[in-house]
Amino acid sequence: MRHLIDILDLSTQELDQIIAKANDIIDNPGEYSEKCHGKKLATLFFEPSTRTRLSFEAAMYELGGNVLGFSEAKSSSSAKGESVADTASVLSFYADIMAMRHPKEGAPLVAAMNSTVPVINAGDGGHNHPTQTLTDLLTINREKGRFDNLTVGFCGDLKFGRTVHSLIMALTRYANNKIVLISPMELRLPSYIKDTLDKLNIEYIESESLEAVMPELDILYMTRVQRERFFNEEDYLRLKDSYILNPEKLTTAKEDLRIMHPLPRVNEISTAVDKDPRACYFRQAMYGKYVRMSLILYLLGIE
Amino acid sequence: MNIDSIKNGIVIDHITAGKAMVLYNLLKLDKLDCPVAIIQRATSTKMGQKDIIKIAVSMELDMDILGYVDPDATINIIRDGKLVEKRNIALPEKLTNVLKCKNPRCIVTTEQELPHVFKLTDAENKVYRCLYCETMAKNK
Repeated sequence: MRHLIDILDLSTQELDQIIAKANDIIDNPGEYSEKCHGKKLATLFFEPSTRTRLSFEAAMYELGGNVLGFSEAKSSSSAKGESVADTASVLSFYADIMAMRHPKEGAPLVAAMNSTVPVINAGDGGHNHPTQTLTDLLTINREKGRFDNLTVGFCGDLKFGRTVHSLIMALTRYANNKIVLISPMELRLPSYIKDTLDKLNIEYIESESLEAVMPELDILYMTRVQRERFFNEEDYLRLKDSYILNPEKLTTAKEDLRIMHPLPRVNEISTAVDKDPRACYFRQAMYGKYVRMSLILYLLGIE
Repeated sequence: MNIDSIKNGIVIDHITAGKAMVLYNLLKLDKLDCPVAIIQRATSTKMGQKDIIKIAVSMELDMDILGYVDPDATINIIRDGKLVEKRNIALPEKLTNVLKCKNPRCIVTTEQELPHVFKLTDAENKVYRCLYCETMAKNK
């Protein structure tokens, strides 16, 4: 039995298999509409989430399965002090697979250690969020048709952004990708990840200016720059506009650039960009459902 | 107890100078009902200085603790006054309830029953990370 706790739990071959199946589901949705008939997904969400939980639920319904669960800790037994281990043991009797979001780092791993059915980590605090990385990979695959020979810019909060860290590590598995890190000094990528890039001989550059690197990019992955991450207000005010994407900043971009964002967006991408065909963040959210369908099938061992 | 020789027991030799007390505490040797000798900063031709612990009883030592604290130490098993076995110590792959995870966001902080488990993630630099949240262990 397999779980998905960390994106590194999957080999490159498995990742490719899950992406290929997701593509097939998009192309032939009718063939998958009864694949999970009689199966139940438990969504154990100990903290609120809109997109992730609903995309999991939509994924299971589109596979012909059913969903049970809760969407906040206070409506679960954890409010009475039940441990994650006990919750997972019990839920194993009620569902065929479970997706768990929890504010504490490592909680889904504890669930996996005590569950007799597959557990999917749907986000554990600021630690891992592997289905977001799968979503990002399917988006790149659909929009660019490949995972190699890409110049991928990551813009905004590169220090605390777990989705950025996981996607960078996933991209290192493929040949000839170049990483462009665009952030203020305060929010640069942690050095342990840059050390890994050095060890793997992956080319990367760091820039404080989005405009300076825009013409090079095949993909621009935007993230939110949060006020509370800055040491002082002055720096925040000086830098906040530099990392807001608007149509002017896109004038030098490639025609086939793709703009991604894990959402929710606040103000880091101007709504004027939404109509640009290069913006694919809403399609990215749609791909999130398909890749979760593919993952559910994979973990349940259904062809 | 004559600390020069023991009849039956264990000699932990080649301990990095200054680490004998760390091992004594982690191995809970104070709980033993037998003589235990600690020799600190003894002269060593190989190491310059070393610590030695002699335990006058045969017992199972926690090799994980030994490996984590001082993988270069050696263990000598003594029976009837003779050295019958010499064991080298390896860096353990996993440590259970030896280190505590200090990350306040880690699941171990709210679930008291969970064992604190650390995994060896970089043998060259002797880096251990929490099994649950991957926070790096601070050096002992």
